Amino acid sequence: MMETKTAAVSMRNVTKTFGSVIANEKVSLDINKGEILALLGENGSGKTTLMNMLSGIYFPDEGQIFINGKEEIIKSPKDAFRLGIGMVHQHFKLIDVLSATENIILGLPGKLNIKEASAKIEEICRKYGFEVDPPQKIYDMSVSQKQTVEIVKVLYRGADILILDEPTAVLTPQETEKLFRVLRKMRDDGKAVVIITHKMHEVESLSDRVAVLRNGRYIGSMATKDTNITEMTNMMVGHAVTLNIDRPDPVDPKPRIEVQGLTVRNEEGILKLDNISFTANSGEILGIAGISGCGQKELLEAIAGLQPVESGTINYVENDGTREMLIGKDPLKIAEMGVSLSFVPEDRLGMGLVGNMDLADNMMLRSFRRGRTPFTNRKPSKQLATDVVHDLEVVTPGITTPVRRLSGGNVQKVLVGREISFAPTVLLTAYAVRGLDINSSYTIYDLINEQKKKGVAVIFVGEDLDVLLELSDRILVLCGGQVSGIVDARKTDKNQVGMMMTRVGGNEDHE
Amino acid sequence: MNEKNKEPFFHVVKRDALPWYQSIGIRIAAIVLALILCAIITTITTGINPIQVYQSIFIGAFGTTRKTWITLQNVSILLLISLALTPAFKMKFWNIGGEGQVLIGGLAAAACMICLDDKLPNVLVMVCMVIASLAAGIVWALIPAFFKAKWNTNETLSTLMMNYIATQLVAFFTIVWEVPKGSGKIGIINQDSNIGWLPQIFGSKYLLSILVAVIITVFMYIYLNYSKQGYEISVVGESENTAKYVGIKVGKVIIRTMMLSGAICGLVGLLLVGSINHTVTTTIAGGQGFTAVLVSWMSKFNPLTMVLSSFLIIFMDRGASEISTTFGLNHSYSDILTGIILFFIIGCEFFISYKLQFRKKAEKEEQ
Repeated sequence: MMETKTAAVSMRNVTKTFGSVIANEKVSLDINKGEILALLGENGSGKTTLMNMLSGIYFPDEGQIFINGKEEIIKSPKDAFRLGIGMVHQHFKLIDVLSATENIILGLPGKLNIKEASAKIEEICRKYGFEVDPPQKIYDMSVSQKQTVEIVKVLYRGADILILDEPTAVLTPQETEKLFRVLRKMRDDGKAVVIITHKMHEVESLSDRVAVLRNGRYIGSMATKDTNITEMTNMMVGHAVTLNIDRPDPVDPKPRIEVQGLTVRNEEGILKLDNISFTANSGEILGIAGISGCGQKELLEAIAGLQPVESGTINYVENDGTREMLIGKDPLKIAEMGVSLSFVPEDRLGMGLVGNMDLADNMMLRSFRRGRTPFTNRKPSKQLATDVVHDLEVVTPGITTPVRRLSGGNVQKVLVGREISFAPTVLLTAYAVRGLDINSSYTIYDLINEQKKKGVAVIFVGEDLDVLLELSDRILVLCGGQVSGIVDARKTDKNQVGMMMTRVGGNEDHE
Repeated sequence: MNEKNKEPFFHVVKRDALPWYQSIGIRIAAIVLALILCAIITTITTGINPIQVYQSIFIGAFGTTRKTWITLQNVSILLLISLALTPAFKMKFWNIGGEGQVLIGGLAAAACMICLDDKLPNVLVMVCMVIASLAAGIVWALIPAFFKAKWNTNETLSTLMMNYIATQLVAFFTIVWEVPKGSGKIGIINQDSNIGWLPQIFGSKYLLSILVAVIITVFMYIYLNYSKQGYEISVVGESENTAKYVGIKVGKVIIRTMMLSGAICGLVGLLLVGSINHTVTTTIAGGQGFTAVLVSWMSKFNPLTMVLSSFLIIFMDRGASEISTTFGLNHSYSDILTGIILFFIIGCEFFISYKLQFRKKAEKEEQ
């Protein structure tokens, strides 16, 4: 299928260190024109660092970078743009109050001519099949539209080497497919495309070639059609891994959390949950699917006692059938009632943990009030930290390292480890594997399954439908704050859930 | 490397955590460099032998026993205010109202001394002074804290405004209580009866403040690092969302912490009026409420480091007065020296976290 390609970018022996941490070590990588390259690697394997050096954000300690065969020094993003390198970051770098056009031409030299720029933007959109409304403000856009603006911004600057860092993390299956169509068109147009992703299905369906990094080193590359998920995973991890998500049948499920007519408005008074009703059972994983921002966060926070509720009831059902109302109680009161409720929030370092505190102090967050003295007792939390590091194989220099220094997967292990340490009866998780590599993700699935077997009622908010379908017993689909439906995960498929995510009837419609 | 686009002359690289002796070494090097630069500037601008200047700075701070005591007492006061502000800062509550909290505490103490001197026995007057000045400091801190906790108002503005109110109140009462009438100042209160003058310890009138500072330093160190409340302060400061997530009541912590902050500031006011000056003026806090902000930050909120930081600042300040008289230099001259030294001390933090990698070295490594 592929003829010999010419290299748009050749990196030779590129090394980058942060203190004693080696992010990249003597990486030599070619990125070809007219090819989509998937850059694979576990968390902390140096993918993003490598690409940041290409886009001028970091400067390599050693090594050379050739662009179109000529050695170049990339000192700043400006240099990168000059060389036709554009990167779409995981976290969008857009200004909310400006329009799409204004964001796209921001920082470019020359006279400000919105009309001309808009025309050029529309031309780019026509060429690749983007849908961008140039005068639309960013704050009015969905995540997928914002991403489109980011890509158009890069193309507008004449990039022909395009880097996308986990572009599909926040998209629905339909939006992802749309993005892939565009990327394929760009490839056919002779551009070099690099995509960083953890989703192996996407790698298979989109990329022409994969390159694997492990611990900052370049392991190898191969044509996608000649390899398979197991081989790629093994290369990433360095040893053989099994890729099956276990789904034991629920044992003796009993209602544990009963939600009736729950309605929640956020601080701005916008309706986030609209008359939600469902029951979560013990010993069962209830998956929650939906486009991001459809009320998942509010739902979990309402159960955890962090979200003021407008109307409706949330009851905790004890084994003997007695009901306890959770609404109107804060997390401390809920714990004092004897309800052991664990919550792994979406924002790990902003909510679940304190980034600047070390592992041991973070372990203390839930339990620091124990004991009658006015002083904290650090001994149990140190022990817990040591246990979690050992049991969950957390990679850390020690338990006195601030958690923000750990990689995403390890941060998540610390958080999950703490939350399951006090034998919960309810476990709420929001995007538990977001940004985690395949190996860490499977560790987390195993941990969740273990809790399920212990009879814990698990509510699992996820974004990867493949995982939701494999892991959950039932899936509740949210759409615009309403329950679009609750389906048996063993009997449904990706398409059905995808359609339910966008509209109860099945019409595609962005708010 | 023959292209137009050359590799940058140097670039910044993150360092590992340095061992303690190296990071201390960098700090010492920074102070030495600062002293050398100060010496060069002194020689160029004034022609005075810099060694002599340094000598007289030292004499200014430690020349006589009395000078040494006063230096230590001043260090104690600055240290106490810094300690008072620190829990608030750790909570990311920008309390720049230390000045006002000290002043109002001092005013409350003075009020007790003036109004109760012939009504109560000395001991009870002192008890009233303690209660009144602590309460005044607490109220002054509580008002911004309450507004912050309730309506999330900007505490930087409100604490700052409370300073002006305190200054104006002191100015007002200066006129009410001025002795003699028309002099525009209160003068020494109860000079004959010594009522409300806090006791001397071991016959030294300086020791009380120093002792209080030592106690509060130890207390604050333990409070911040080992108490449950200190832990709550850290969590609230790092992330309010995390605090709510584990059921810490953020508003309650803000109010409680600011009450502590204000109470210690009020205590400083009490010491300044009851033990050191025996009078109250609008400038009794002398801007130390603001200097303390610097001390607290420079010490990264560590009470033990604050001892050194406040010592350095007071040392330079005391030396400044000395060189301005000895050499006829302006008092601002020592401010310049202090500025240079602070610049180096704060600037060297960069070299503790980062290093510069130069082009030549990088090329050599490539080969």
